[in-house]
Amino acid sequence: MSSTDLIKVHLKVWRQDGPQAKGFFEDYTLDEVNTHMSFLEMLDVLNERLMKDKKEPIEFDHDCREGICGSCNLVINGVPHGPEMLTAACQLHMRHFKDGETITIEPWRATAFPIIKDLVVDRNAFDRIMSAGGYISVSTGNAPDANAIPISKPDSDSAMDYAVCIGCGACVAACPNSSASLFTGAKVSQLSRLPQGAPERKKRVIAMVDQMEKEGFGDCSNFAECEAVCPVGISITAIANMRTEYVKAVLG
Amino acid sequence: MSTIANALQSQVGRKILTGLTGIFLTLFLVAHLSGNLSLFIPDGGESFNLYADFLHSLGPLLWIAEIILVILFLTHAYLGVSIYLKKKRARPENYKYYKSQGGPSKQNFASTSMLISGSIILLFVVLHVMHFKYHLFSPETYMVEGTEMVDLARHVSEAFQNPWIVAAYTFVMVLIGVHLKHGVWSAFISLGAKNPKLTPVLYTVGGIVALLLSLGFLAIPLYIFINGGL
Repeated sequence: MSSTDLIKVHLKVWRQDGPQAKGFFEDYTLDEVNTHMSFLEMLDVLNERLMKDKKEPIEFDHDCREGICGSCNLVINGVPHGPEMLTAACQLHMRHFKDGETITIEPWRATAFPIIKDLVVDRNAFDRIMSAGGYISVSTGNAPDANAIPISKPDSDSAMDYAVCIGCGACVAACPNSSASLFTGAKVSQLSRLPQGAPERKKRVIAMVDQMEKEGFGDCSNFAECEAVCPVGISITAIANMRTEYVKAVLG
Repeated sequence: MSTIANALQSQVGRKILTGLTGIFLTLFLVAHLSGNLSLFIPDGGESFNLYADFLHSLGPLLWIAEIILVILFLTHAYLGVSIYLKKKRARPENYKYYKSQGGPSKQNFASTSMLISGSIILLFVVLHVMHFKYHLFSPETYMVEGTEMVDLARHVSEAFQNPWIVAAYTFVMVLIGVHLKHGVWSAFISLGAKNPKLTPVLYTVGGIVALLLSLGFLAIPLYIFINGGL
């Protein structure tokens, strides 16, 4: 490994002891960061150093580290998941940063996503939106035949475009209004495109929109910032689709 | 019926109402501008005055139209303010560092200043109606063909020779363009435009509508000011 693969970075990390505690930025400098590391691995290295120094490590959410679980939730240099489009924070590599760069790291900020500690927020609001209507009814028992319900290729592709949502919450974090419309819109759109979602189609969209409101998410102002930060590239057509589904459910 | 009332108060309902009222207000601007452009007919403002007289001759129909317009303005403004207040509650502590990712994002000066541009436009509308409808700032009447009436074209022509009034109108007309740049596109998305191929086109169309309306309304005070009258 050549020395060009090593960079020095200054970090400004949000530290907060607990939900009610007052948060603040703490500065750290890492002299030799391997540019092949992911952003989370860089934080692992910092945490190892902190633990060696008998200091409290930085709490941050992570699980699969391959961009599919939606756990990582870091606002890096002012953008959820950082500067690379279509990339979750865990898949972001240090080669995208400059030698000597100062990187700020903040948690998702929204009333509906209260901070638990440091960079970790409580995203159960999304689970409650899902419980309100993001499900389908199936008979239990033996697995049904795979081809029992034919679904056209365009419909399944279109459903998949929305089903790729990993529920990370970057849409809420980036939205100037803290709206959860992209998340809810993606779930409503996915299920409305499949025959399995048909029985609950009308009550689903009304229940999920109601729950979104109850959780304290803001209104959508069509900024489309959510689409820009979404690590899987869900389009705001999901939101437009949620609106037409809603109107059909209320009027029909 | 109560379900529809509830639906209109939901996040989706509020957005649809904002879009619908916005589209009707934009259509009103188109009608208003078409009427105003009759000032450019070189007959000393006669066509414009005839157009104004025609509107007044509508009597109750005009009142109904005006009441509908007031309701549209107030509903649109109320929804805008409520969206802003909810946004404050939804994120009481702001990011210390925040920036737009760019790309498909429509976060720009126009979209983030909707409340400010909208508030100034609303204040302007009140003053504008007091000025040109109720003639509060220049209540003289003129004798036209033996009857005492307001020569609206002359009123407009005199008002727009005042550099302060022209400057204020220029500022507000540019703001209307800024408001509509995000507003027209946003209304389409709020009303369910969801063809991914169509949405970039809609954004451009929104920009063109905003630009044309803004330039159209700007042309009148600027022409009168530069020309030194009609």
